[in-house]
Amino acid sequence: MTDLPQAPPAVKLGLVIDLDICVGCHACAVSCKEWNSGGHSAPLTDFDPYGTHPSGVWFNRVHSFEVVDNAGDARTVHFPKSCLHCDDAPCVTVCPTGASYKREEDGIVLVNADTCIGCKLCSWACPYGAREYDEDAGVMKKCTLCVDKIYNANLAPASRVPACVSACPTGARSFGDLGNPESGVSKLVASRKGFDLMPEQGCSPVNKYLPPRPRMTTGDGAPLTPVAADQAGLLARWVDRLFSH
Amino acid sequence: MHPAKSVILFTTTSGAGAGLLIWLGLFGLAGRLSPEMFFHIVAFGLAFVLVTMGLLSSVFHLGHPERAWRALSQWRSSWLSREGVTALATYPLAAGYAVTLYELGFAHIITKMMGLAAIVSASLFIVCTGMIYASLRPIRAWANPYVPSGYLLFALMTGAILLALLQAMFGGNYIPATGFTIGLLAMGFMHKLGYWRFIDQTSSGSTPETATGLGHLGQVRLLEGPHSEANYLMQEMGFRIARKHAHALRRVVLIAGFIVPSLALVAAFIVSGAGIFVILLAAVFCAVGMVVERWLFFAEAKHTVAMYYGAPSA
Repeated sequence: MTDLPQAPPAVKLGLVIDLDICVGCHACAVSCKEWNSGGHSAPLTDFDPYGTHPSGVWFNRVHSFEVVDNAGDARTVHFPKSCLHCDDAPCVTVCPTGASYKREEDGIVLVNADTCIGCKLCSWACPYGAREYDEDAGVMKKCTLCVDKIYNANLAPASRVPACVSACPTGARSFGDLGNPESGVSKLVASRKGFDLMPEQGCSPVNKYLPPRPRMTTGDGAPLTPVAADQAGLLARWVDRLFSH
Repeated sequence: MHPAKSVILFTTTSGAGAGLLIWLGLFGLAGRLSPEMFFHIVAFGLAFVLVTMGLLSSVFHLGHPERAWRALSQWRSSWLSREGVTALATYPLAAGYAVTLYELGFAHIITKMMGLAAIVSASLFIVCTGMIYASLRPIRAWANPYVPSGYLLFALMTGAILLALLQAMFGGNYIPATGFTIGLLAMGFMHKLGYWRFIDQTSSGSTPETATGLGHLGQVRLLEGPHSEANYLMQEMGFRIARKHAHALRRVVLIAGFIVPSLALVAAFIVSGAGIFVILLAAVFCAVGMVVERWLFFAEAKHTVAMYYGAPSA
């Protein structure tokens, strides 16, 4: 059924991505590809994987942006993006067959590959580009929030998180219930002023992003300090004075 | 957006076919259609062939055409599903009308009811097609009232030109249909100009700054894409057309789609005996103009996802 759940799900599983911490290593994207190549939506087809123009389905991709402030000062922000499992998911309601659905129990948005006709309309309806069409299978695929991992009782409890969260070497990704204001992820979002992507599109995304922290400055605005301070040794002070002229 | 040939063929031919059905309904109920059986077969047959061609082209465009029947199930939420339902409902209603019109005559109550039902169903089918696009908020060029009204207007316009052609071919009085067509061509011309002004002068509420949520830090631009090769999203939604080509193609739409057909149809009034020839000329030019119009409708539409891949706006 492509109607959204009558009442918003009480449990809203999702990700919180810290743009201050992410170093853009792409480990989350690679780990996602690895897990999901054997998971719920397997395979994630690749075309020409070892050739000159490889292409294929990925659920998570890391973009890198440059942000330039009014003073012309630039910073790089690495930006992982996957499905945001929106409360008002337009990809679900446009589906003509009911293959696309949002789960009432935890809010995860999934595609039933057995009833998807491959019309691609859901990928047009998503403002974020979360859905990727599998030309080989003829059906739409998307992030499952590792639904086959997070509930897997065969795994140690600590491993029951999405593959991207397990893989992140810097701890930039957190997973939890964003429907519960007392959960760790909700408190993290509240304390760091987490935000929605494109709120003007009206999708009410569940996943949140945490902004980069302000730059540390020296107070007087000088971006650099002299190589050698006064407490440096005699030789270093002499070299510093020589090259400071 | 990527202009897929199948979708261009679908929306133009099924629109013309449904538009022709609406005119056959209106003219038939007014008693203005030739009572000949052969005319009925050719006119309704042409409308059904056009609608069917369009539907088949869109079905075979699917990843799984054999599952297409499933698309009829979600009419409560999906405009694509509603389009399928109204398209299939139009067949028996229009066929029933065609039969009752020939057998019972235009004044019979059953003919009137069937005709009215066929007109409503065909109109809803066209509006649903337009609403599929108008309901997609990430695409500013589509999510506006110009889109469903344009689909209906262009379907009525191409349908009217086909009716004028059919009546000229069968020696009927093609003057009323020709007059309606000229009026619709003028409305279509103005509508297209209004639409282009709208998409040129408005901007999306979404920017690279809102797409990343980093606007409070400054101006955002893509530094490095997630991968070296194009992916599905970039091919499907990152399609971009050079501005100078767009302007040249807009002129083709205006000249071939509206101006030449209007002049040709005016000639049908003035030059006696030129009827079939000039109406056929108008229909051919209008068809070319409509295909270019539909190609531009896709090619000029920008999707918000392109901003994650370096587009400065959507």
